[in-house]
Amino acid sequence: MTDRTQQLAVPARPAKSIIGTGKSMSLARLLLEGRAFFALLVIIAVFSLMSPHYFSGANFLTMASHVAIFGLPAIGMLLVILNGGIDLSVGSTLGLAGVCAGYMMQGINLEALGVVLYLPVWAVAILTLVVGALVGLVNGVLIAWCRVPAFVATLGSLYVARGIALLMTNGLTYNKLSGSETLGNTGFDWLGFNRIFNVPVGVLILGVTALVCGYLLSRTSFGRWLYASGGNERAAELSGVPVKHVKISVYVLSGICAAMAGLVLSSQLTSSGPTAGTTYELTAIAAVVIGGAALTGGRGNVRGTLLGAFVIGFLSDGLVIIGVSAYWQTVFTGAVIVLAVLLNTLQYGRSRR
Amino acid sequence: MKKRQFHPALMRGEIVLSAKNVSKIYGSTHALKGVNFDIRRGEVTTLFGENGAGKSTLMKILSGVITPSSGEILLNGEVKVFHSATDARDHGISIIHQELNLAPNMNVRDNIFIGREIMKYGGVDFAEEARITRYLMKSLEEDIDPLTLVENLRLGQQQIVEIARALSVNSQILIMDEPTSALSAVEVEVLFQVIRDLTSHGVAIVYISHHLEEALEITDRAVVLRDGVMTAYARRDEIDLDWIVRNMVGESFDLGSPPSGYDFGEAAMSVKALTVKGKAGIRLVDNLSLDVRAGEIVCIYGLMGAGRTELMECVAGRLRQSSGEIHLEKSDVSGLSIAERIASGLALVPEDRQRDGLVQTMTVGENLTLASIRRFVRGLMLSTSKEKALIDESIRNVTVKTVGGEAAIGSLSGGNQQKVVIGKMLATHPKVILLDEPSRGIDIGAKAEVFRLLAENARQGLAVVYSTSEVGECLSIAHRIVVMSKGRISAMFDSSVSKERIMAASGESLVE
Repeated sequence: MTDRTQQLAVPARPAKSIIGTGKSMSLARLLLEGRAFFALLVIIAVFSLMSPHYFSGANFLTMASHVAIFGLPAIGMLLVILNGGIDLSVGSTLGLAGVCAGYMMQGINLEALGVVLYLPVWAVAILTLVVGALVGLVNGVLIAWCRVPAFVATLGSLYVARGIALLMTNGLTYNKLSGSETLGNTGFDWLGFNRIFNVPVGVLILGVTALVCGYLLSRTSFGRWLYASGGNERAAELSGVPVKHVKISVYVLSGICAAMAGLVLSSQLTSSGPTAGTTYELTAIAAVVIGGAALTGGRGNVRGTLLGAFVIGFLSDGLVIIGVSAYWQTVFTGAVIVLAVLLNTLQYGRSRR
Repeated sequence: MKKRQFHPALMRGEIVLSAKNVSKIYGSTHALKGVNFDIRRGEVTTLFGENGAGKSTLMKILSGVITPSSGEILLNGEVKVFHSATDARDHGISIIHQELNLAPNMNVRDNIFIGREIMKYGGVDFAEEARITRYLMKSLEEDIDPLTLVENLRLGQQQIVEIARALSVNSQILIMDEPTSALSAVEVEVLFQVIRDLTSHGVAIVYISHHLEEALEITDRAVVLRDGVMTAYARRDEIDLDWIVRNMVGESFDLGSPPSGYDFGEAAMSVKALTVKGKAGIRLVDNLSLDVRAGEIVCIYGLMGAGRTELMECVAGRLRQSSGEIHLEKSDVSGLSIAERIASGLALVPEDRQRDGLVQTMTVGENLTLASIRRFVRGLMLSTSKEKALIDESIRNVTVKTVGGEAAIGSLSGGNQQKVVIGKMLATHPKVILLDEPSRGIDIGAKAEVFRLLAENARQGLAVVYSTSEVGECLSIAHRIVVMSKGRISAMFDSSVSKERIMAASGESLVE
């Protein structure tokens, strides 16, 4: 009927296009839309004042390599949230990926053939990413074809993946991950410790992943499909968008990102434990939300998510540097998330009756 | 059972509720313009009007769901402002909505008393509620157990529950918006008996229905709305069916005429013996066959529940058919996905543009190009320049009034949003385009433009099938008018048919 159609019309406000940039109307608007960026500036300013150790290139790079650990799953999480879903299993996938890498590095014992297999590091890395992709595939199929709600399906994966990691290691940690020259599988710690142009490799991986995903979102048809399915899945489907394929793909990509983070983490520690990554899914979600994405889907971008990850990382590490108890970090992170969602609601507004 | 309020001092025929110069404006649309309307005790006043005439808007104002932009409502002579539907209900005005407001996961008893539960010490008095529910069901001559879950009831029975709920409130004014659309003839008779019973006790009833002959049976007065204006108000003994139709439909704005001067091409769309089943095996589309040729414009007319939307959604690929075939030109598309059908040249413009047509988070341009992304993809990359060209071309083609392709889709008026959805599907260069109620909720100017656009495209060889529930639109650009009723084609006419014959064929009479 006439009324309903008119009532649903969103009030006239130029939206931020996914292709181009939006038109800022006032200082308040500017602050709102750039809030993650300004928050980061404020954090850097405050902590630099409180500690002489904070504001240095070396410190920023160190903090950045910490950010990479949950920044990578955050980018994968962005894709899932853009589609209107959620992936609670990324933390467990991270841990499982690390454990699988460790398992492969320790030497795979093939008793039937009487042989212990030592794979080269690049093969270990690829297979680990495949493990992440498989977890994502299971999630995606459950959600897209079996119509299990995303929350429930990925919650299940969270437990199952964690359980598998614990079973594989029997609760212990793989710690002989440096490899040996004779076996030809050194280099695992290259990911964690090496630097290119003095930038930690982990940070570079984060940067490359962010660039690739940003490109994917803004310049490919997949990105357009993703924004459309997240914005209005029914309309997207009727317009010919393969919504089910997109849905499965984002979970696979999220799994791969989580596996990448697992690789980076275990190479930084040169050990992989089954409990690695616990609660990282929540940090990833926090980064996405602080970066301005809407949890209902269809809105958000990589730049915001990266900024959100840096806000969380620089805030947490800053608290450590000035000597505040680690428990305060969780309080602050929680407060920042709630504030971010409140501001998201302000920005995206709700149409009045 | 609560005794109905019976005030001996009140006389039948006394005015209980008045609308004085009521107007309602949504953005740039005038849903109602200065309506003056009286409701009298103990009488049934029927409100007639086509879709979009403003009936539901007026009823929502009277029942407190929305407030008027200007004008007043007088209850028993005093000006009243209702802050909510509950507020109105407390003043004795109840409404039975056209779209059922029941909670399907709860049972009949709980639905009837929702929000007004009968309390006793220790919680809700379920026994008393059940007793009253049984009494109500008995007076409606319906054998429904109070503990049945609403989702397990037939649509007609759900409508009865909705009616029972309104009856249990004991109002002085009862508004019924299309209460019989899903009822059988027998159930309608029972409802009429209940209505006569209520009116004899002084209750005022406002009745809205598209079933004209049925309404004439029960009504005491008639009010006709057209385009938000009240065009006529008379007593039952002054009117007949012709009078109603004449006032409802009037002189239609010229929505064009069927394009001529060219020959139709080969069969573009062929539907053979199509059946679509709904819940409980009900046939929403029943063994339907229809051929449409290239360049031909076919209009499908039918009331709610006739199966028009189900037919179109099945042809487009959204609903699975249970039997039958769909052919596009020579090939069978029955097994293809929606995306594949669009790629083959079959496009659907859905009925509900907010729910199914537009992505609200995207801009006008992004919405316009959503179905034809393949046309500006270069390898893996989207070409911004090609996309811009496509957007500009689309905006020109369908004459969308917008600041530009970068504008938010929500900033457009309803009519322009509809043009965007149509433009999106036209950009796929289809061979057949299906439009489900393309003129719903848009102003007359935009309607005319949409029809002109369709006619032009038909001239260039596009097969157009559009559905409508407004009789005037059937007689605009359509070469052929197909009338659907209960899932079947009940009649087919050419463009020279009269409005009355169309309405008669759609089952608007009581004869089953």
